[in-house]
Amino acid sequence: MSEALEGDRTFADKYPEEARIVRAALLSSFLALVIGAILGIIQTLHRTDVARIIPSTDYYTVLTAHGVFLAISFTTFFLVGLFTWAVVRSLDRPLLNTKITWTWYGLMAVGMTMTGVSILAGFVDAVDMSADVLFTFYAPLQAHPMFYAGLAVFIVGSWIAGADYFRTWLAWKREHPDERIPLQTFMVLTTMAMWYIASSAVAASVLIFLLPWSLGLIDQVNPTLTRTLFWFFGHPVVYFWLMPAYLLWYTVLPKIAGGRLFSDPLARVVFVLFLLLSTPVGIHHQYLDPGIAEGFKFISMTNTLFLLLPSLLTAFTVVASVEYGARQRGGGGLLGWLTDLPWRDPAFTGMMLAGLMFAAGGFSGMVNAGMNINYMIHNTIWVPGHFHLTVGTAVALTFMAATYWIWPQISNKPIYSRTIGLVQVVVWFVGMALMSNAMHAQGIMGVPRRTAEPEYTGFDYPTMFGGFEELNIQIAIGGTLLFVSTVLFIGNLLLTMGNPKVSGLADPLPPALSGPDDSPKVLDNLRLWVGIALTLVVLAYALPLAAIVQRGGLLGPGVGTYPVWLAPLFDALADAAAPLVGAVADASASLAEVVR
Amino acid sequence: MHIHAYEKIWLATSVLLILFLLGSVTYGAVGPGVAMVSDTEPTIDAGALDEDERFSEPRVEQVGENEYAAYVVARQFGFQPDPIVLPANSTVTFYITSADVIHGFEVAGTNANTMVVPGEVSEITVRVEEPQEYGLICNEYCGAGHHVMEGKVNVVSQAAFEERTSGGDGE
Repeated sequence: MSEALEGDRTFADKYPEEARIVRAALLSSFLALVIGAILGIIQTLHRTDVARIIPSTDYYTVLTAHGVFLAISFTTFFLVGLFTWAVVRSLDRPLLNTKITWTWYGLMAVGMTMTGVSILAGFVDAVDMSADVLFTFYAPLQAHPMFYAGLAVFIVGSWIAGADYFRTWLAWKREHPDERIPLQTFMVLTTMAMWYIASSAVAASVLIFLLPWSLGLIDQVNPTLTRTLFWFFGHPVVYFWLMPAYLLWYTVLPKIAGGRLFSDPLARVVFVLFLLLSTPVGIHHQYLDPGIAEGFKFISMTNTLFLLLPSLLTAFTVVASVEYGARQRGGGGLLGWLTDLPWRDPAFTGMMLAGLMFAAGGFSGMVNAGMNINYMIHNTIWVPGHFHLTVGTAVALTFMAATYWIWPQISNKPIYSRTIGLVQVVVWFVGMALMSNAMHAQGIMGVPRRTAEPEYTGFDYPTMFGGFEELNIQIAIGGTLLFVSTVLFIGNLLLTMGNPKVSGLADPLPPALSGPDDSPKVLDNLRLWVGIALTLVVLAYALPLAAIVQRGGLLGPGVGTYPVWLAPLFDALADAAAPLVGAVADASASLAEVVR
Repeated sequence: MHIHAYEKIWLATSVLLILFLLGSVTYGAVGPGVAMVSDTEPTIDAGALDEDERFSEPRVEQVGENEYAAYVVARQFGFQPDPIVLPANSTVTFYITSADVIHGFEVAGTNANTMVVPGEVSEITVRVEEPQEYGLICNEYCGAGHHVMEGKVNVVSQAAFEERTSGGDGE
């Protein structure tokens, strides 16, 4: 319907205000990426003892910031930008009220700034503020209250973003009563529904327990309870990172390959499965926790393994769609069609390499998911080796690669250099192959994650797949290549932003080969799926949570408080709050300027 | 809804893979008997470990023929006892708790690995073979000195173990 129009007009032409919001969200995401990458290279070289430029006690400040900026800020800002584009593009209608849109963007920016400042203040001895509690903020280690408050503000912002998408869809539905939900909007709505369910637990943990505790209003918390509430959120959040990548693989990648999506109905099935199964699995992060019965762990494992299904289906559909594209371009033979793909396009090659690494990450994930096999690798560097393949490549590399395609659509500016882009995505792939492989190998030797100095004085690690030191060198080289790749990406993007605007960049997306009319109507019944998802969550979590509270009480069985920040609370708060409010206001004003 | 024949085969293979993975873990549990850390032990007051019969004096003691219990306390930034001395060719059940924050307990290069949560006691049973020295590390971030938190597990011959305990030094 909108094909012809879209053919000569880009997203930026049709929806300039929405395009500005998408650009703002993506730039916030890339700001977090730059900070995260700088911390990443410091960390890699420190851990492997190649260069230790900071004291080892500050390593944990670096690690906390690396985790929060990349896993929360980089991913979520990209997601809200992409989802805003996807909803507006696929519904072909503007957002209801962009004031609301700017409000959630502002809340997310302020929240992340609060949390980020509370972490980075850990470097400055003169400021009595610190949040060296890592990405998981396990109590009874306690961060500065601003760390928790910022997270809460950020999450509320993301909730309003979800409401913005749902309201825009409802308005569209009134205008198009008998039409199927367009595929991209369907993906956005199911992902946000999953996000509401998942993030409710961490919001409850922060608002009911951790924030009041850090303010001194309650004396102690139950570490197993807050940990369990974290992982209630902590596993589905990985699918929250992954779903935008899936959206791109399903709806953008086939087009770049020269074809179109193989099957619209199966794409919907996959997103419904993620909505249903993402949350009732979090206990698989707690296989080695005391205080949780083995039976609950087994149930969680069963759900987890069935969660492999939508990803395996995705592998099929994406490869089939790409093959269809290659054959449309004249490719033939059993595998000969592979040579007819646009390998010189960084968007295509980046997403394909990301998908390949996701397959490898899927296999190491199967090991993590097996509860008794988990004893071998739990909390070893195997685990970060795994998630640098999934979120660190399947997601991050897809986002960067997709930027080469989407940025011209939302800005009318051509990419500065596609060659640099191609080099960038390949360097990322090579760097991650080295780093992640060596991390997996060290993990099997028992080398722990999350430590500044993995070499110990009292013993040597057993040697397998090469010794500890040799693997350290691989990690250091890999980490350095990843940093170089990030610099190339950001440099290319900044130069792109300096390009003049041109016309003729529009690149419309075709509908699927097997369209939505082919799929059962029940797939679009969001109420039904949310209802089932909630039921599964209750089944998976009601008994474990009740048992944890019954064992240890709501506030825990006699556990102390261990602040990582030592100053008298309210002085620090007052000191911090005044300049911060001003700084945030300045920052958001200047950001708005830049975006315009 | 139309599903391509290849996709049906793929789907069936995927389900088989999932069932195989479930089966392998179930076999590990009922065959070799790899039990998970569970909620078998009651909770404990982390602030009053010195009044606890088991943890006021962390130690290894014999509880049956070739069966030993090791009571271990993890705290910022070390383990007690250190080293943990165990007799070769025996079955050892570790009871591990924390005096302060969350720690990890990992005998490097083996599958003796558990979280250590204040207020809870982790129980894991392992089979100890030949005499060997192992590194013991905390594998969960526990504060600014986390990287210095290490200990040792020394598996010694039965004779050496008995000589040591009769010498009166429990550690």
